[in-house]
Amino acid sequence: MTDLLEDDAPGNAPEFTVSEISGAVKRTIEGSFSHLRVRGEVGRLSRPRSGHVYLDLKDDRSVLASVIWKGVSARLATQPEEGMEVIATGRLTTFPGQSKYQLVIEDIRPAGMGALMAMLEKRKAALAAEGLFDEARKQKLPFLPEVIGVVTSPSGAVIRDILHRLRDRFPRKVLIWPVAVQGAKCAPEVAAAIRGFNAFPAGRLPRPDLLIVARGGGSLEDLWGFNEEAVVRAAAESAIPLISAVGHETDTTLIDYASDRRAPTPTAAAEMAVPVRLDLLNWVGDQGARATRAATQTVALRRQRLGDLARGLPRPEALVEAARQRLDYLGAGLDPALRALAREKRMRLEAQAARLAPALDRGVATRRVALGRAEAGLSPARLGAGVRQRREALDRLAARMSPERLADRTARDRQRFEDLSTRFARLAEQGVAQKRDRLAALERLRQTLGYTETLKRGYAVVRAGASVLTTREVAQAHARLEVEFADGRLGVMTESGPARGKRGGGKDEPEQGSLF
Amino acid sequence: MSDQKKIEEMSFEEAIRELETVVGQLDRGDVALEDSIKLYERGAQLKARCEAKLKEAEEKVAQITLDANGEPTGAKPVEGL
Repeated sequence: MTDLLEDDAPGNAPEFTVSEISGAVKRTIEGSFSHLRVRGEVGRLSRPRSGHVYLDLKDDRSVLASVIWKGVSARLATQPEEGMEVIATGRLTTFPGQSKYQLVIEDIRPAGMGALMAMLEKRKAALAAEGLFDEARKQKLPFLPEVIGVVTSPSGAVIRDILHRLRDRFPRKVLIWPVAVQGAKCAPEVAAAIRGFNAFPAGRLPRPDLLIVARGGGSLEDLWGFNEEAVVRAAAESAIPLISAVGHETDTTLIDYASDRRAPTPTAAAEMAVPVRLDLLNWVGDQGARATRAATQTVALRRQRLGDLARGLPRPEALVEAARQRLDYLGAGLDPALRALAREKRMRLEAQAARLAPALDRGVATRRVALGRAEAGLSPARLGAGVRQRREALDRLAARMSPERLADRTARDRQRFEDLSTRFARLAEQGVAQKRDRLAALERLRQTLGYTETLKRGYAVVRAGASVLTTREVAQAHARLEVEFADGRLGVMTESGPARGKRGGGKDEPEQGSLF
Repeated sequence: MSDQKKIEEMSFEEAIRELETVVGQLDRGDVALEDSIKLYERGAQLKARCEAKLKEAEEKVAQITLDANGEPTGAKPVEGL
């Protein structure tokens, strides 16, 4: 009750509605912080489709919600990135619906050179890692471009410098693609211009064969657009060779790494772009003169050589003179020689002919006479007589030959053969009987004389092995003897054995002793 | 010289490079007489081509015109730069 009473009890403090207090806070905050600069690190950052940018600014203890409206974002020289140390300018507002407050940023920029350089280094490393700065990507500049595309501001010293230098060296066709060279529009416009030139030919515009992207000197922030990724990528992708000339010699932006050549100044870019026409004209003239001189000299050298060689060539007459002289000499000797030879041959021929004719005549005459004689002796009648004579001889022989005579003779011969056969058989039989008798007689005699008959009378034959022993002395040497009787053989041992003195080596003696 | 391109179609650089080669060959003097005459004639044509390209040196400056989307619509001549 007491608590309740105390709560209900009216105090000195005035009573607000929520909206009233929200409004009061809003007025206080917006009144007190209508223009301020805040330094901090960009935290979480989002870019929804609306085009506004929502980001947190933070330090080690606190976070400040911030917003960059679309219109402001487009104007920014440097777009905030997460992790970037920035100084934001703007005002605080509250958001009563959610009891929140936020910083509405009017301008935001990196907090000093250090922050900007750190970011630049980071971006450079990332793009280099992609290979956009590789030497291998670099294209060769054309020797003499017909059309040069220049991406730069159409007003100002830069384009003027480029055109002047081109005019001095070699006037060319130049197409200027106007772009903003600083501020938020710079990067997208430069990138679009590089891509645009590469997309030519569009209608009647000739496609440049060389591009120059140029800008005069300025602060790091002024040149910042040429560090933007979009520009670097467009330059790296350009199929048309590209010279970058941004800032002064000491300024280096990322486009310089991606371009095919980097010129320290716009004027230097023009010098890289074209050769000096007068030099070339002189050069071409020199070449022409050299060619003429060389060609003339070539002919002259050859003419001289021809002359030299011609002089060295002997007269054609000289080549044949000696031969002709020899021919003349030989020719002169030819006619008489032939004539002499012919004469000699004819004489020999005549001599031979003279010897030949009589011999020939004689031979012919002799043979003719012989022929005549032979001819006379030759007649059909003589031939017929010869034939007749021989036929008669044949007939006589034929008459003497007859089968009867042949048969008689055969019969006689057969009879004689039979007689002979009978006689032979008889004689053979007698011969065999006689021989058989004689053999029987001999066998009987053999048995009477043989030792087996002697055995029957009581004698015996003594053997040792295969040999017959006939003396005691011999028999004494054998331990075993074989005695043949009439009715068979009997093995016996000699009583004394072999004589000791006659046996070689006494070793066998005990064995023999024991055997008995 | 089988890969001879038509001289009228050559870029300045192609013409000047071949001219240099031709003159070099003539200078060395080791080409046959017949060929040296052909070379010389070709050199003369190349020289003429180079000179013609050098005389074509005419300045013409134009600025690309862009529509609201930044797309090129044409070109207008630029004077006085």
